[in-house]
Amino acid sequence: MVHEKRLRTQRTPEPCPRTGRHAPMRNAFIGAVQEIAERDRRVVFLTGDLGFMVLEPLAERLRERFVNVGVAEQNMIGLATGLAEAGLVPFVYSIGTFASMRPYELIRDGPLLHSLPVRIIGVGAGLDYGHNGVTHYALEDVAIMRAQPDMTIIAPADPAQAAAAAHASTAIDGPIYFRIGKTGAAVAGLDGRFELGRLELIGEGRDVAIVALGSIAAEAVQARALVERQGIEATVAVVASVQPAPTEDLIELLEDRPLAITVEAHYHTGGLGSLVAEVIAEHGLACRLARIAVERMPRGQTGSLAFLNDAHRLCARAIAATIAAEPYHTSRPRRSSATP
Amino acid sequence: MSLQQHPLSRQIRRSVLTQSKRANVGHIGSALSVVDLLSALYGGVLDARSADDPERDRFVLSKGHAALALYCTLNATGRLSDEALASFCVDGSALATHPEHVVSWVDFSTGSLGLGLSFAVGAALAARIQVSRRRAFALLSDAECNEGSVWEAVMLAAHHRLGNVIALVDVNGQQALGYTHDVLDMAPLSRRWEAFGWDVHEVDGHDVDGLVHTMESLPEIHAKPHVLLARTTFGKGVSYMENTIAWHYMPMSDEQYAQALSELGDGP
Repeated sequence: MVHEKRLRTQRTPEPCPRTGRHAPMRNAFIGAVQEIAERDRRVVFLTGDLGFMVLEPLAERLRERFVNVGVAEQNMIGLATGLAEAGLVPFVYSIGTFASMRPYELIRDGPLLHSLPVRIIGVGAGLDYGHNGVTHYALEDVAIMRAQPDMTIIAPADPAQAAAAAHASTAIDGPIYFRIGKTGAAVAGLDGRFELGRLELIGEGRDVAIVALGSIAAEAVQARALVERQGIEATVAVVASVQPAPTEDLIELLEDRPLAITVEAHYHTGGLGSLVAEVIAEHGLACRLARIAVERMPRGQTGSLAFLNDAHRLCARAIAATIAAEPYHTSRPRRSSATP
Repeated sequence: MSLQQHPLSRQIRRSVLTQSKRANVGHIGSALSVVDLLSALYGGVLDARSADDPERDRFVLSKGHAALALYCTLNATGRLSDEALASFCVDGSALATHPEHVVSWVDFSTGSLGLGLSFAVGAALAARIQVSRRRAFALLSDAECNEGSVWEAVMLAAHHRLGNVIALVDVNGQQALGYTHDVLDMAPLSRRWEAFGWDVHEVDGHDVDGLVHTMESLPEIHAKPHVLLARTTFGKGVSYMENTIAWHYMPMSDEQYAQALSELGDGP
């Protein structure tokens, strides 16, 4: 697997000098947007009255190019359409559910239909909003955005990758949906790598591929270590470029591995597991697929992100248990050991 | 000059009838309702000399179901060829019963009600950011104001004092399945727009010269956004269509078509 070692344009945000901790993903991403906006006068930024303790520096720098449009997400997308038609590059910001679902028809009939460079930032991937409850859980945003062929979908896994993805996406002419997490944990071994239409691999295990969406990749990396203790060699594949999908990389990854486990803080339908299933089926790969995703609407069950990841079997321990329970990782000879 | 005699409007109305008859489609009453508003806009109010001039005024036909009236207006003012107009509703054509921006001079695609004013307010905000004098016009239906998204755009335009936004509301008192006062009464519409901070003008939507005069006298810079509540007659110019719900969707028979053309007359 050569592309793990490819040279990539990457910017790793500096940790806070006071606390030594990395900024949460949305702060890292917004920091990158600010750098882009300082270079490109076409950038304007709209928020639907969200972004406390995140957007203040950006608002100060952009001045008249920053507009809080109020709690009105439909209008925010409509405004962005009018702004972009005039040659500007609008970023719009809200919580993932509000940014994606409330104005969905405007997204379709506005930036998508008119092929305009509107950048939609949906903050809070999956269960990130924890105690805020189910209205704040973005569990179908990837599915509805994937339904639109011309939407670029980027779901970074950690702060450094979020910043890299922001910079890597400036040349995209059409609309982009950024699914941005709230946590700050770095995914070990990812090192801020991002390339449109590609997978980012961590490890080279040939028994199982753990394919992960967003910041849940950190749990996947821990799960890889757990199954290694049981003699199972795993590769973690981070899918941050959801659309364009990393189809060729997925084929290369899965054509000689007996088992793929997809892990996503998202419903089953239309998300990463669906994407991987499509690739396996359409290319005739002999790879068993098990999907770990949020099974049903989590009514009446809120809590911390750690609790919710446990409850929905998205934590490292549950991922490892799912892998161990699958017979497929040893069920057929590995291509590398096959004799001609 | 009454609208019935306005030569540009008469030409557009005849064209609307001809094309809708050829294509055997409806939305005729809605199209006839807005002809004089479009006649005023494209007859002189819009600063739009070239379709690809970034400094042109923007226009959004937010009530997209009147697209045929827009095509016929563009044709009558030399902006859309006869060949292009004749492709209305032909298989494979871009000219549908709702407009798409891929057609020259159509700035924004519409068809779903409640989107267009947001587009226009965004265009006006862009003009302010880019320090341009261009304006943004949107033509809405009265029943379109049922859509909550309209009022989101209304509030933002007023808050930012976007005096370069001019909304025209085609107040014909009808919607798809009934009269607006029976379906969802928006009265008093003028007080609603005023209460949201807009500069409101109640006008005769069939008086082209009056419409031009009103629109040309609107202050633009850091003023309230403007709305013309244009009283119109649904199906204007064709007696059996006027104020009749059925003509939201019905196509014309041969006899009805002949009568409609005859009522419009063909004089200048």
